[in-house]
Order: sequence, then structure tokens, then C-alpha cells
Amino acid sequence: MIATHGNAISRSPDRLISLLLLPVVLIALGPVLRLLAEGFGIGSGLTLAHATEVLSRDSTLTALQHSLVTAGSGTLISIVIGAAFAFVVALTDIRAKGALVFCLMIPMMIPPQITALAWMQVTGPSSVLLTTLGIAPPLGSPQPLHSAWGIAILLGIQHASIVFLTLRAGLRMIPGDLVEAARISGARGWRVWAQIVLPLSLPSLAAGAAMTFVTALGNFGIPAMLGIPARYSTLPTLIYQRLSGMGQSVLPEVAVLALLIGTVALAGVLAGRLFLRRRAYGLVGLSGQPLVLSLGRKRSLVEAALWAFIALVLVVPLLALLATSLIPAYGVPLTLETATLKAWVEVLLNQPVTRRAYANSLLLATLAAVILMAVAIPLAWIMTRRPTRLTRAVDTLVDLPYALPGVVLAISCILAFMRLPFGITLYGSLTIILLAYLSRFLVVMLRPVQAAIGQLDPAMEEAAASVGARLGRRLRTIVLPLSAPAAAAGAILVFLTAVNELTVSALLWVGGTETLGVVIFNLEDSGDTVMASALAASIVALVILLMGIVQLSASHLPKGTVPWQG
Amino acid sequence: MAGLSFSNVSKLFAGTPALNGINAEIAESEFVALLGPSGCGKTTLLRLTAGFEVPDSGTITLGGQVLAGSGTFVAPEDRNIGIVFQSYALWPHKTVAGNVSYPLEVRRISAVERKRRVAEALEMTGLSAFADRAPAQLSGGQRQRVALARCLVADPRAVLLDEPLANLDLALRAAMQEAFAAFHRRTGATMLYVTHDQTEALALADRVAVMEGGRIRQFASPEALYDRPQDCFVAGFVGDGAVIALSAAGQSAAGRVMVQALGQQIEARCDSTVPTHICVRPEQVRLDPAGPIRARVSACTYQGGRFRLVLETDAETLVAHAPARARIGEEVRLSLHNPWAFRDPATPAILRVMQDA
Repeated sequence: MIATHGNAISRSPDRLISLLLLPVVLIALGPVLRLLAEGFGIGSGLTLAHATEVLSRDSTLTALQHSLVTAGSGTLISIVIGAAFAFVVALTDIRAKGALVFCLMIPMMIPPQITALAWMQVTGPSSVLLTTLGIAPPLGSPQPLHSAWGIAILLGIQHASIVFLTLRAGLRMIPGDLVEAARISGARGWRVWAQIVLPLSLPSLAAGAAMTFVTALGNFGIPAMLGIPARYSTLPTLIYQRLSGMGQSVLPEVAVLALLIGTVALAGVLAGRLFLRRRAYGLVGLSGQPLVLSLGRKRSLVEAALWAFIALVLVVPLLALLATSLIPAYGVPLTLETATLKAWVEVLLNQPVTRRAYANSLLLATLAAVILMAVAIPLAWIMTRRPTRLTRAVDTLVDLPYALPGVVLAISCILAFMRLPFGITLYGSLTIILLAYLSRFLVVMLRPVQAAIGQLDPAMEEAAASVGARLGRRLRTIVLPLSAPAAAAGAILVFLTAVNELTVSALLWVGGTETLGVVIFNLEDSGDTVMASALAASIVALVILLMGIVQLSASHLPKGTVPWQG
Repeated sequence: MAGLSFSNVSKLFAGTPALNGINAEIAESEFVALLGPSGCGKTTLLRLTAGFEVPDSGTITLGGQVLAGSGTFVAPEDRNIGIVFQSYALWPHKTVAGNVSYPLEVRRISAVERKRRVAEALEMTGLSAFADRAPAQLSGGQRQRVALARCLVADPRAVLLDEPLANLDLALRAAMQEAFAAFHRRTGATMLYVTHDQTEALALADRVAVMEGGRIRQFASPEALYDRPQDCFVAGFVGDGAVIALSAAGQSAAGRVMVQALGQQIEARCDSTVPTHICVRPEQVRLDPAGPIRARVSACTYQGGRFRLVLETDAETLVAHAPARARIGEEVRLSLHNPWAFRDPATPAILRVMQDA
């Protein structure tokens, strides 16, 4: 008799379906492992000499320092914004929380290069918004965002919602009776916050900070748009510049750089997990709304302050972006007479590059969403119902391609798929971008489906098995319909993230396979700011539309499916 | 329908035995209850029968076919066993009719035949009016009946019920008990019914297997369990009353024995030569001003038509029924009539044998 683990039954179809793990492991984790091999010189004699040489260059050390400084200060800004919003939203009686949270999420969902582009339209001498209002700085004065501070501030705004979400989730785990015990001892609102709620939520705050740091470290769009013109390189932009300037000959060198940034990011990921594990420690009791601070007459004031902040970081830059997209040529002020949709018509209908980019991005995003949906349901089912050491390992590692900076994954994919057996190369094709997306976004799809299957009573499937339905039929007629809403939400999230994606495709594109993110970057790079703005504004509209669909269907989805809903 | 047989069935969970050498024969059309406290292994036995778990040793057969053991394992899909889950496990994305019809769809029964059999199953469970409802729109009792209809529609060889009444309120429980009994009479199904509620088990089953610590302690008819328990666990778990250790026992003859308990010599029913304990049911305790045993009332609860008294003697606690309320602390006298004496396998035999009276 075969030994079985837990209450799993061991039967042959189950073992067959376990074979599904193999391609998943190969595509999701293979490239990262390939990168490790490259860095340690496997294949060209085990040596660290090359790595040491690259790491001791001045340019490497400067970029590393810049990365740490911008990501570090960006994280601090994210903590201030995210924590303020989390405490106020989770603990007080302000109104319209849902709308506030939705608006706070938008900056994270907008591609970073669009954030940077929009903000550059707010500040600087040629800002259409400022020119139109007559308050633009004199021509020739520098763009203030082209600096380390500019990068840090935008990184901070872009990633504030990561701190917000982690901290709010942590606040919800604090048992209500801990707070009640403090109140029965005589402590009032602010005292309870400072002495009970704040100390208990510190691990969540730390975990959120670690995740924010990792994400900021890997951000390519913002330092590329703001740093490259100011000759301020971070590690991701250094890799990009080396690779686009010198081509494949520098692959061994950028592999070492990718490993460097990957190592720093991994340290951050591990720190974040450590904090998350600690936060549940010792919290026993019914969790619930821990504290409802009544703000009284100050409520309207607090609400006004929060909405003013949203207006400043979301509405103003998007308005500036929109304004720029409506003028006939850069430098012309926006008036009723000059306003034109010419740039919109150009990017959406006439320009072959932008139309191709739209087609490529939508195709890649759709394929990634559909393929991942087909893989995620059986995969999540195996991981939930037939856990083995292998599935648990996959469960842990599947986060890696998403958590690691996009440049790391891009370099990994180039290395892994450039020279396949039989002389096949995927480099320069849409396929390599698709494979990279599958690897990177698997976890985005998997987690909601896992949550849905985890909440299914196993008796549902046992009932089907006892009346004769075999595994394939059970998956199709019981598991699939019941996890379909979560899978659909996951698919939209994958689609959303893939449409926004720049970092991976910036390193993988060639003429003909450019994505939306790449084209915005290139248009701005070549001075076509008006067209870039029109394209960016159209993408923002698409993103907000998709987010709205997810938001509206949130009430029909299992808990934990929509990332910004608790 | 077919008979079930378990031979030396054992199951380990993480090295700890959940079932330890189960032997039992269940006849065709028999209604058997598995009764025991939580963790006794009754649900594991049910899941082994359904095929959701694989036994570590032993053999399970159904109607002569080996389901599990000696190198064979029949998958749950191929066993043709019906099961009603504690949570009912109704598929929320299918209607009542859709739930009931699913087993027939899996078996590729033609649409016409399917329709007829679903209607029949719904009729039998009184659900015809609810065919197009979603499970979420039904009450607990109705959901229970959908689960029953779904398990019956495919003519299973045996029906397993896992605590089917645990989630229902008291009034509904009584009604569903009647429904199960009527259903069993009508279909003649072989039924295995898991419960921790002894009233349910004793009321419904032809025979009850009392389980504890992964073993069957006694497998007998309800009246035998009540009147003639074979060990201390069964005597204490099934029915009300007291289990009292004997200080000595006389020679038994023709099913009767004189035993020494509560400082008295008492005549008891017996089938063992060396009894170690007696089991005293409330109806065997008589409040009797001339009785030899003195006791104090420590609790008195009304049970509809009579009072249940808890009586403390010098060494033991007894339970009695009384027609009138008693005061807590009141001194009473009582006598024992016809208790059951048995030999508990876990207790060493009494060394001192009483002289014949």
C-alpha cells in the first residue's frame, strides 16, 4: 500500500495532473535559475572573477548608491502617505472610504512612466497647465523633477498604496477585545491608538515598508524618465542603457548587475516575509473593527485634507497630462481655439507604431490572462488538495518572478531563451515577452484562485466523486464554475498589470514587438511629448475602466480576490 | 443493495492509529449506526468506506467485491456508494434538480430517463415544488432532503450518512429521524450512519457500533447495548445511570450472580463467570424508605412526567427517576433491583470470591 500524506488519496489521475507542475516550474522559475548560473560563470568555468570585476566598477557602485537612496527615500514617503491613509481609513468614521481607497490605488495601477510623464507636465517651464494658467517658470529654467528628489517623491506616491494595503490588513487582524480591554481600563481614543493599536500594527508597517522598498528598487519607468535626462543612473536604468547601447555582448556584465539588484531585492522580500509572519504572533481573539474613533466636528476637515491630497497627486497630474495631449504642438498654450484631438487621432488611428503597440500589448495581455487562467485552476487545485513537498516549494518560489525587479526577470529570460536547442532563438519575438509575462504574472492569477478553492468545502468534490465523477469532470463541473469569479478577477488583474508593463518589455522589445509602455517611453525620449501624453491618457482611461469593472464585481468575489478590498 | 464487511481495518494519521483493527459485518438492508465521542474514528471509518481514505491494512468488501485491501483499491468514483455529508455539500452553482440529476449525467443516463428519475427522487423526498430553486434559497431541512435525494437517485449499493442531523434544530431533527426511518423501510438500503448523538443512534439503527479510541467497543442492537453493556465505556456512554466497581462477586448460575457493591449484597443479571462491574440504570434504582442504601440528593431536574435525581451514596453516584420533586440535600433510602453485572476487559478479575449465600 502506498503511504499517503495527510488525508490525501493517492490515485493515478492525481499523479498525472501533478505533471502540470513541471512546465510551470520550468517557465516560472527556470529563467531565474539560469541567471544564477550565468552570474557564477557556470559553463565558462566556475569563477567569480568576472562578477568581482563588474561589481567593483565606479559606475556600478554609483548606480547601486543611487538605487538605495531613491528607493529608500521613496519608501519613507510611501510610509508617511500610506500609514496616514491606513490609520484614518481603518480606525475613524470618515465617509466614502471605498471611493478614497479606489483613488489611492490608481497611482499604483498606472504605469510608472505615465506617472513620471504626467508629473513632468505639472512642473517645469513648458508645462501646458502652468502656461495656460500663466504661472509657468521662465523658459530655460530646469525641470525640478529631473533629480534624485524628483525620483524619490514620485516613487513614494506611486507605491504608497502598498504600505496602505499591508497596514490596513494588519489593523484588521487586531482583535477587538484587546482594544476593548484597554478602554475598560480607562484609555481613550488617541491613547488607545498610540499605546495599543500602533505597537500591534508595527510588524505590518515594517512588512509594507520592506515590500515598498523592493518595488521601488525595481522601478524602471520613473528613474528612466526622470534620471536619464539628468544623467542620474540607478541599477535598472544602468542595465537598460548598457544593454541598449552595446547589445548582447554585454549580457554577462548585465547579468551580474541583475544579480546584484536581485540580491538586494531578495533581502527585502525576506525581511518583509519575516515581519508578516511575526504580525500574527500572539494575536488571539476575534478580530474585528478594532477601533472606531469618532472625529466629531474635525471629520469634515480630515476628509477635506485626504481628498485634497488625492486631488494633488492624482487629479492635477492627470489633468496636466490631458492638457498636454490636447494641444497642437509642444509649447503652444491650451485655449478653446488651440484645443485639438489631433494627437489622439494620430496615436489611436494613424501612427503605425502606436497602433502596433496597442495590438501587441492587448494581445500579450489577453494571452497571458487566458493561459494563466487555464493553468491556475488545476495548479491551485493540486496545491490546495494534494499538497506535497514539491507543491509547497512551488508555492513559495512562485512569488519570486513577481517580487524580483523586472529587469532581473528580463535579463533572465534573455539568457534562458536566447539560445534554445536546435538553433531556435526566441529573442526578438513576441513569444519571449509572453513567456516573461507568464513567469512574472503567474502569482497574480494564482493567489485569487487559491483563495477561492481554499474556501470550497472539499465535500463538494467528494460528493461528486461518490456519484462517479472523475477528476477531470470534477474540475470542469464543480471546481471551475465555483472558482470562475475569482479566476475572472485574477485574469483582469493580469491583463491590467500586463498592459501597464514597461520594465520587462523595455529590455525584450525589438522593432515590431514594441508594447505600449515602450512606445510612451520612446515618444517622450524623442521629444514627442504631446503624442506620448495622448497615448498615456488613453491608457489611463483603459486602466481606470478595468479597475472599475473589478471594483463593481468585488461583492460577488471571494474575500481576498480584489487586492484593494480587504 | 449489498452487505458491507470490514476485516482488520487499520488507519494511521501521522503515525497515530485513528482506526485499530476494525472487524464488522453489516448485512444487506441493515441500518447500522456508528456511535462514539469525537475523535473515536467513526468518521474515518465512513470515509474509508466511501474511498476518500486508503486503509493502511485490512480489507473492506461490499457485496463480496473487495473495495480496499490486499493490493486492490476501488476509487470512490467507481464504488457506487451514496453519501450524505454533514455540510450537505450541495453545489451552489446548480439548482435542486441540477444537483439531483448530476449523478445520472455522470453515468450518461439518457435525458428522458434522467428527468423521470430526478422527478421520482424529488417526489420521494417531498421536494417536487423546489426543483428549480438554488440551494441557497432552501431551509436546512430542505437542503438535507436534497442531499438525500441526490445520494439515492443513482441507486447506490450502500448509503453513508455523516452526522446528517448535526446542523438542524431540535424539532427538525425529530422530523428528519422519522424521514430516515421511513426511507430505510421503503428502499431497504444498506445504511451506515455516523453520529455522536446516542438518542439518534438508538432510535434509528437496527444495530449500533459503539466506537472509542479507534476500536469498536461493542456492536449490538440498541436494547442489548442498554441492557447488557460489555465494558465500562459502553455502560457509561450509552444510556443514563451509573457504573460501579465490584468489591467481590459470587458464583454465577443461569444468568444470575450475587455481587458485593455499595456495602450490600445485590442480585444481578450476568453472562460472565467473573464480573468486575455493575451497570445501574435509573429504573433499577427504587426509592424505598425501607431500602438498605442511604443517599443524599445532589441534583433534581424535571424531565417531563418525572424527575431525574442524582443521588450521592458514601462512595458512588447513582441516578434515579422519581414521581415527585426532591429537595437538594434531602436524605433518602433506596434499593437496587436487577442491575447488570459484566466483566470489563481492561480490569483485572476480582480475586476475592464471595462465599455462596
